Amino acid sequence: MSTTAVIEPAKDPRGPWFRRLPVISHFNKSVGLQRAMLVGGLVLTALFLLTAIFAPLIAPFGFSQISDADGNFPSQQAPGGKHLWGTTVGSYDVFSRVVWGAQTAVLVIIVAVVMSIFIGVILGLVSGYIGGWLDRTLVVIADAIYAFPPLLVAIVMAIAISGGRSSLWGGILAAAISITVVFIPQYFRVIRAETIRLKAEPFVESAKVVGASNIRIMRLHVFKNATRTLPLIFTLNASEAILTLAGLGFLGFGIEPTSAAEWGFDLNKALADTTSGIWWTGVFPGLAIVLTVLGLTLVGESINDLNDPRLRGRKKAVSGKSGPDSTTGAQAALDAEVRSS
Amino acid sequence: MTINIDKPGTGAGPVLDIDRLKVTFATDAGDVYAVKDVSLQVNPGEVVAIVGESGSGKTVTAKTILGLLPETAVSSGAVLINGSNVISVSPAKLREIRGRDVAMVFQEPSTALNPVFTVGWQIAEGIRSHAGHGGGARVSAKEAKTRAIEALRKVGIPDPETRVNYYPHQFSGGQKQRVVIAAALALNPGLIVADEPTTALDVTVQAEILELLRDLRDQYGTSIVLITHNMGVVADLADRVVVMYRGDVVEEASARVLFAEPKQDYTRKLLAAVPHLGRNSASEGMTERAHQGGKVLVEARNLTIEYPGRLGSPAFKAVDGVNFTLSEGEVFGLVGESGSGKTTIGRAIAGLNRTTGGSLKVLGYEMLNLKERTFKPLRKEIGFVFQDPAASFNPQLTIGDCIAEPLIIHTKPTPAQARQRTRELLEAVQLPAAYADRFPHELSGGQRQRASLARALILNPKLLIADEPTSALDVSVQAVVLELFKEIQAEFGFAALFISHDLAVVDILSHWVGVLYKGKMVEQGLGHQVMGNPQHEYTKKLIASLPVPDPDEQARRREEFRAVLHG
Repeated sequence: MSTTAVIEPAKDPRGPWFRRLPVISHFNKSVGLQRAMLVGGLVLTALFLLTAIFAPLIAPFGFSQISDADGNFPSQQAPGGKHLWGTTVGSYDVFSRVVWGAQTAVLVIIVAVVMSIFIGVILGLVSGYIGGWLDRTLVVIADAIYAFPPLLVAIVMAIAISGGRSSLWGGILAAAISITVVFIPQYFRVIRAETIRLKAEPFVESAKVVGASNIRIMRLHVFKNATRTLPLIFTLNASEAILTLAGLGFLGFGIEPTSAAEWGFDLNKALADTTSGIWWTGVFPGLAIVLTVLGLTLVGESINDLNDPRLRGRKKAVSGKSGPDSTTGAQAALDAEVRSS
Repeated sequence: MTINIDKPGTGAGPVLDIDRLKVTFATDAGDVYAVKDVSLQVNPGEVVAIVGESGSGKTVTAKTILGLLPETAVSSGAVLINGSNVISVSPAKLREIRGRDVAMVFQEPSTALNPVFTVGWQIAEGIRSHAGHGGGARVSAKEAKTRAIEALRKVGIPDPETRVNYYPHQFSGGQKQRVVIAAALALNPGLIVADEPTTALDVTVQAEILELLRDLRDQYGTSIVLITHNMGVVADLADRVVVMYRGDVVEEASARVLFAEPKQDYTRKLLAAVPHLGRNSASEGMTERAHQGGKVLVEARNLTIEYPGRLGSPAFKAVDGVNFTLSEGEVFGLVGESGSGKTTIGRAIAGLNRTTGGSLKVLGYEMLNLKERTFKPLRKEIGFVFQDPAASFNPQLTIGDCIAEPLIIHTKPTPAQARQRTRELLEAVQLPAAYADRFPHELSGGQRQRASLARALILNPKLLIADEPTSALDVSVQAVVLELFKEIQAEFGFAALFISHDLAVVDILSHWVGVLYKGKMVEQGLGHQVMGNPQHEYTKKLIASLPVPDPDEQARRREEFRAVLHG
């Protein structure tokens, strides 16, 4: 603790910025099965995103195409030949519909999750920090929304918002907004809880003592520290958004096949086919839903486990070896570990 | 590295024999060698203290004795308890050893007990889970309860027949620790591992628990491994002391020899850093209160602060009719145990708590009916240093940003001016200017607390409130921070309200000392007078309870004060 100690060169011990990004930092500290889960999830998610981005290049036909230069597509044709995964009763090409469906799904996720994050975070921050009657009112509203089954809320919202319209953006927005309404309470709850915890932290009190304004405290001290869990909720909610969208489509509140491809809608139309042995119209959109949700959930769950030092696996320490003094960082990590065990 | 070892001449073998223990942890930042090479023995009826500062490996050593290490740890060497090696035995055998041969007393009694079971049930749990094993007969619930009552009686819980059915929340902190000790004693283990058993307790309660542990050793011949950082506790209780530093045993000696003639530099430094009541007093030689000519910065008259009670229950009076003044340039030390209201007063002066009665004038502003808008301009005259240096900095901001924050809020400087002023302050608290670019977690506890001081002083305030600024620090770091605080106070000349539970620390810094007890100011006076010649009964008891880091002096004090403590 001598004060004239040599000052180490000012290198940032946290590593370059890109290694601190949510998913990359998680990958770096994972080992064994946890790493395999994370990688599996990332591969599935990447596949999903790439399909969505390059849908116009991958899909041989348009999502609403029922004929080409050679004439009309056959109806309910088995997989093979020109139609890789067969055709539906309405003569749509199944493979093309599944590929285009990824694009719809991504758009809905982005719009829904971004809207709910913005609104949920702001409401949670204000509600938790200011407290009082505003907080109580918002919590009651959030609880009321919680009390409804999410799909029911989404259906009501879909009817209220689109009123039966079914253009591409109309459909996407209707689906996205209905999902947003369901998700806002989740972000609201998480951020509010974090805010209330942070409000009692000495560094926030310290800012109060020096006379910082409420806006400054919320922006600089609370917000920055309250958003650590967002990547986690983001991934978990993305998979839930897909399920809600598919559920809406399946029930007939989705997007018309002429406006965009939608997996849930295709599943609905495939219902009648199953009894007559036509499996390809249902299996492929279904698989697409399952794999996408699985991928996103794996990523989310892995991040969740890796965020918690008690759930995170590590390489075994080398037994019996004696070594040099550990770094202060390692000592601090150890302190936390011993205390929490 | 072990020097001046003296073996007590006992016939029986040691109860605990640790041989070349190494413990390594896997962490994100690589392997940590928490315990590098530790060998020690504990004989029957002996109290061995393992002392060391944070990171020395003392707690890890203690946890190894009971096989309580987390999964990320790998250990080698041998820990022999009555002939079985704890490191290599099967989990079933380990369960058998725990409780029967060795038991643990934890630091925090309120979390070591399960709040939904009666204490009797919790003590009996250990008795019943061991019955039926290893040839023992099954124990009926009734018999287990009888034995639990017996254990409670042993640790001095009054009326154990009734209180065996009480829940943990019905006991005070000290009594809870007695219950924890009773649970550890239930199976008459030959060895008790006590990990900081008194750290969470008030000093008067600490004295009682130390007394109890001493009685146990004397009456039942129980060996105790005492893990602590408090040299006073060591001097009071230990027969032999093992000093650890960074995973190694630095020195091992009988308590008397260690305190009188420490051989190693580290031990010497450690002992020199321990504040000793009655030495190095800031008010040494003063006969009357200093700084009374200057302006009065804080004036409390009949100050009352209440916390509203739950529905139906009356409000809790945290501060009850307190009078004091704090003048320019004066250091006022506020001492009291937990719940005495000392922190509440400090927070009220900074406007973090509302006052509910009487009058509290801070820099001429009446804090009753505080309005944030009108008080804000005065905030630049008040600095605040918090207890926990780890939590009082925003982890997302650099140290420089944190220190400059008050400046940015009140004077709106250019970035260059802010940086310049930050650098000056860092120099004033003896930190390299380059630390401005670091993040809080990259600094040690002592460095953080200095940065905290820099932040409090950046606007040159007239008044500084320091709420237990050193109680989260290691003793050697505490000594450095206290010295710095003293120097800076002399240089800047601010008035300070220094809040602490540690009488010796308060005495080092404060010119004038006030003693709080249950919200009332029971005694005020010059530091050395209050410490040397206390008038109020409570102050007498407080001072009598404080162990001094010297076994002979402590033994003498113990005898001398027995009357006070039990009176």
